[in-house]
Amino acid sequence: MHDRKSGSHQQGRRDFIRTSLGVAGGLALPMGFASRAFAADHPPIGTWPAGSSGNSIFIGIAVPRTGTYAVQGEDELKGWQLAIEHINEGNPLIKKISPKSKKGVLGKELKYGVADSGAKPNDAVQAQQRFITENKAILMTGSTSSAVAVALNKLAQREKVLYVTGISGSNDTTGKDCVRYGFRQCFYGQTAAAAIGPVVVKNYGKNKKAAYLTPDYTYGHTVTKSMQDYLATAGWTTATNQVAPLGAPDYSSYLLNVANSGADVLINVNWGHDAVLSIQQAKQFGILDKMKLVVPYQIPFLSRETGPALLADVYAATDFWWTLEDQYPLAKMFVEAFDKKFGYKPEWGANNAYMSFALWAEAVENAGSFYPPDVIKSFEAGRKIQSTVGEVYFRKEDHQLVRPVFIVKGKKPSAMKNKEDFYDVVETVPGAPLMQAPDAFGCHLGDYT
Amino acid sequence: MITWANFVSQLFNGLALGALLALISSGLTIIYGTLGVLNLAHGAMFMLGGYAGYAAYQASGSFIVAVIGGTVALLVVGVLMERIIIRRFYSRPHEDQLLVTFGLSICFVEAVRFFFSSQSLMVPPPKIFSGITNLGFMFYPTYRLAVVGIVAAALLALYVVLYRTRLGMIVRAGIEDSVMVDSLGINVDRVFMVVFGIGAMAAGFAGIVNAPVVSLTPEVGEAILVQTFVVVVIGGVGSFPGAVLGGLIAGEIISLTSMVNPGYAYVMLFAAMTLVLMVRPHGLLGTRGRE
Repeated sequence: MHDRKSGSHQQGRRDFIRTSLGVAGGLALPMGFASRAFAADHPPIGTWPAGSSGNSIFIGIAVPRTGTYAVQGEDELKGWQLAIEHINEGNPLIKKISPKSKKGVLGKELKYGVADSGAKPNDAVQAQQRFITENKAILMTGSTSSAVAVALNKLAQREKVLYVTGISGSNDTTGKDCVRYGFRQCFYGQTAAAAIGPVVVKNYGKNKKAAYLTPDYTYGHTVTKSMQDYLATAGWTTATNQVAPLGAPDYSSYLLNVANSGADVLINVNWGHDAVLSIQQAKQFGILDKMKLVVPYQIPFLSRETGPALLADVYAATDFWWTLEDQYPLAKMFVEAFDKKFGYKPEWGANNAYMSFALWAEAVENAGSFYPPDVIKSFEAGRKIQSTVGEVYFRKEDHQLVRPVFIVKGKKPSAMKNKEDFYDVVETVPGAPLMQAPDAFGCHLGDYT
Repeated sequence: MITWANFVSQLFNGLALGALLALISSGLTIIYGTLGVLNLAHGAMFMLGGYAGYAAYQASGSFIVAVIGGTVALLVVGVLMERIIIRRFYSRPHEDQLLVTFGLSICFVEAVRFFFSSQSLMVPPPKIFSGITNLGFMFYPTYRLAVVGIVAAALLALYVVLYRTRLGMIVRAGIEDSVMVDSLGINVDRVFMVVFGIGAMAAGFAGIVNAPVVSLTPEVGEAILVQTFVVVVIGGVGSFPGAVLGGLIAGEIISLTSMVNPGYAYVMLFAAMTLVLMVRPHGLLGTRGRE
């Protein structure tokens, strides 16, 4: 259940003299690299300096390649692979996001290892622990489940190794389970609900009854709560909340409860294959003919798997959709590069993965050092960064990227211009007003060292 | 939400869920009862049946051909698996049998992932069974209604084979006392092969019949495998009637619990199994000594 890719040569532990020599060279460099010199004054922390003392640095990726979220995990992995390729070759797209980038990060080549997490926190933590111990990984990533993201957050803080989340929609990831060593690029329950809520109320009216399908873990609970809280302000009530385990083999009994609940709208928070199955079965039970379907946290590949007819006129909130290439020049560069390499239009998981590495590279280049506290402070500096969805920045209080959320609407099959033209982007919602106050979800970041 | 309409709906749905579980579990319990092999690849065979049927459907466009394709393919897979691998493990400890069948299930799942990817695939139901039927007290997918009938017919066929044929007599005798059957001069080796084939075929048949209900993924057998083990334990290891009863009980527990609190549907299933193990360790219809 665990494989290694690329030339992931383990970096041997270098002695301190070698590091000092490197630093002495660094002193001769221009002012921008000065902080690297100061970094050497610090005692070792996490995998620093051992992990970055050679010509290459190692990134540990633990992503689901099996299980309910396997399809989304493979898409994410492609995004990271493209980002690593672009960073190593000094691709123009990376330079637009991280203007100081040349080839590699601070001149070092990126190498990586991949482990299958199966979306299980325990497997992900074990894999990353191995990458830290055996490969001196200086960066970890991977999550398609917020349960994994929260577990890796804790590992990152304990091991003092940076972690950028993959897909993670739970409020907790940068809320009560936030850490100093973790950063999230993508949107989440609160911003999804605040973005799609007004659209739902505008289109379906006030004082409606909603039925929820909720996966039974942190992502599901927080997204459903955010939706309930927002819709309550428009007089909506919850007719039923069907909580199901991750990877439930059948949704019939949950859907019968939904069918008998008298709800007007079905809000499906399920994700991955669970979303595919529950939507297909909702159709079989005639529920989609009676209730409007809303997908508050869009699922990559959903339309490809259910077929576009089931999602026609369905509203969803998302992080990225490929037709945003018409709005953002960097999105166009990304979509073209991804399509050329992998033969399909990227979904939001791949975009999130690509951007998370690009933003990390930008932070390291600006820090001028791999010393983790310096990199963290660079993330926290609040620099405005050009991204595939316009200008973005990290909020220093909770390490959440401030970025727009997009509302998409499923197209009827007859309206699709090509086989991947599943959605219209109907609204671009600026990120900052969607976000809760930084301390509203109980975030305490913890120490730098 | 407990209302009369919902109660009747869930009761009926439990029957439909249970019928399918009964069919898959009967294959598992017959194999264990006769061969003494706990087949952890049984869920993978359920999945393989679905994919073999899907391939047949893609080639022919006919649901009937898909069902035949999925069923026959798994009969062949079962026989080959028994001849090449499983028979070498009859005399080895249970742990070895568990490991080899678990390993095989991983191989099957990953092979399917390699050829079909992880993306969900759908086999549409035949035209006459598509759509929704109004049962008066609820609307129910027509195909799910048909599945109840199809599974009932399949279980009846299994019953006839087990209780009305010479082969069935030998199998049932083998479940009770395989040493005695062997010493009576019956070619147990060949019977074992046939039994394994029939068990795999039952799983494959269930896999393709269930394909229009759940979209296919390489992991579709994993969750089912756990449930079928629970069914076999509740019904009694090695007991065909026990598998049918256990399946129906499991289906009702999942459905009726979800009416009260959906979060506990699967928890209650395991609670029921624990209760049975405490009160009747050999299962509701099992025989003492088999467990």
